[in-house]
Amino acid sequence: MQLNAEEREMLQGGRGDAARVALQQQVAVGEFFDAERFVQVSNVHMSGDYEVMGDAGHRYLAALVESGAHVSVTTTRNAQCVEYEFAGRLRQSQELIEHEKGVRRLLGTLGVSLVDTCINYQSVYTPRFNEHVAWGDTGTVAYANSVLGARTNYESGPAAIAAAITGRTPAYGFHLDMHRRASARCVIEADLPDVADWGAVGAVVGERVRDYWSVPLLDVGGNSPSPDALKHLGASLASHGSLAMFHVLGVTPEAPSFEAANRKRVLTDTFTVTKADIDAVYATDTPRGTEVNLVVFTAPQLSLSELDRIAGLFSGRKAHGDSTVLITTNAMNRAAAEATGTLQRLQSAGALVMQGVCWYIMDPAEMRRRFGWSRVVTNSAKLVNIIKAHGYEPILRRTEDCVETAVTGRLA
Amino acid sequence: MKGQLFECRHGLGEIVEAPALVSMQPFSPRYDLDRANGTISRRAHPLFGESIAGKILVCPGVQGGIAGGWAFLMMRGRGVGFAGLVFGKVNPVMVQGAAAAEIPIVAGVDETIFTVLQNHQWIRLDPKARQVTIIAPALARR
Repeated sequence: MQLNAEEREMLQGGRGDAARVALQQQVAVGEFFDAERFVQVSNVHMSGDYEVMGDAGHRYLAALVESGAHVSVTTTRNAQCVEYEFAGRLRQSQELIEHEKGVRRLLGTLGVSLVDTCINYQSVYTPRFNEHVAWGDTGTVAYANSVLGARTNYESGPAAIAAAITGRTPAYGFHLDMHRRASARCVIEADLPDVADWGAVGAVVGERVRDYWSVPLLDVGGNSPSPDALKHLGASLASHGSLAMFHVLGVTPEAPSFEAANRKRVLTDTFTVTKADIDAVYATDTPRGTEVNLVVFTAPQLSLSELDRIAGLFSGRKAHGDSTVLITTNAMNRAAAEATGTLQRLQSAGALVMQGVCWYIMDPAEMRRRFGWSRVVTNSAKLVNIIKAHGYEPILRRTEDCVETAVTGRLA
Repeated sequence: MKGQLFECRHGLGEIVEAPALVSMQPFSPRYDLDRANGTISRRAHPLFGESIAGKILVCPGVQGGIAGGWAFLMMRGRGVGFAGLVFGKVNPVMVQGAAAAEIPIVAGVDETIFTVLQNHQWIRLDPKARQVTIIAPALARR
């Protein structure tokens, strides 16, 4: 890689040992991907909670703090794994709580802003078109590249911290024009009225395309996605495939036309997603009417609009006595929901509205054992993909059917 | 004995020799692994229950998110981590995680390796030369 004077100084230790080691790691990754130079980033968003980093990550952070390291650009944190207000009710272990507090202290000392959200782009920092950032939650990356036209690769764990310390990242992948062009074309022949439908599209397309370097272009016909729908689409594409960018024809900024999005990149796949394909994502061996006692709205955290909609769907009704309804959002949206009365309506319905967390990193396997849960109904196609590894039988339903399931205690 | 050699497009790290763990399913540390004890924990995975400790994962692709960035470091800290990683297609997470945990990694491997390499065969990973070599049959070095 070609380094400028500042980077050469950093590599020689002129900005401290932490910056030297961070840049060394970045150069190694950059050269792996044939990057020729660095780009400066204006914002870093990192995933760093005890569930994902463990003791080794804790020690990694502690060593950085010991060396006097500090972030050089605004750096925010993704969702954390403990909800302090509800930790007792959810029987989260004291050990996990203490570990998470320790991680929190270390990140704070490094200068990381502990906003604890996976929807930073909706609540905290919205990068402009063509702005280079270094974000480390896959859903945020998909949204930044696709919907905002900002530029980032997946920056995982230590890589995001390295970018925060050095203020730059290697210029490869989605920082470069050539990789942002559509490489697959997909026509959606189905109505997509709910965020769950957009997640289902993400599941179908992600599992078919399934490659970080692929960029599907979706022609969604007359469907008009909300930002929340695109949020679920991106999160699902990233989870079911490993995708960091998509285009929606006539919707996302780099896809006013097929030609503009594709720019003569060779298409590797052209296919159609039908209503039958979407229905297959909803299909389950569990018959309608089966008792279900867990409904979860999470992954990604909910916007104020989503909270409002769910409160409206409960329409004064309460969740079934045997049902648990879990909702995750960030502190900003929870405060807004409280100010507008939405929070109180959800609480009256019996929902637990948590802030700063995402459910699948809260040790759901342990909750399953402690509460005897087995099935989980959700409108998140991303959660469906992840939660199987924790021993659950996930069932995807549209938002209104999730609420009906919660109210009746039986699968809608 | 000269082993069968496969070229790769990308490489990072030092030379390592270890038994191969071949998985044709796209790999995800979060979805596939018990990161505390280093075993394949997803029941539907063909290698369910198998330990990954000290093995070189050989896999055509990856899926999912950023957990790998910390997972490799976590598993190495517990002494249950991979000895090396060989991928066809790869995302940055695996490379970033490998760089932080100092695990040798290559990507863009000649795909014929997936048709001839068997589980537990010993392989030699040379990231700087961008080569993977099958150096012994499975039973000879177990």
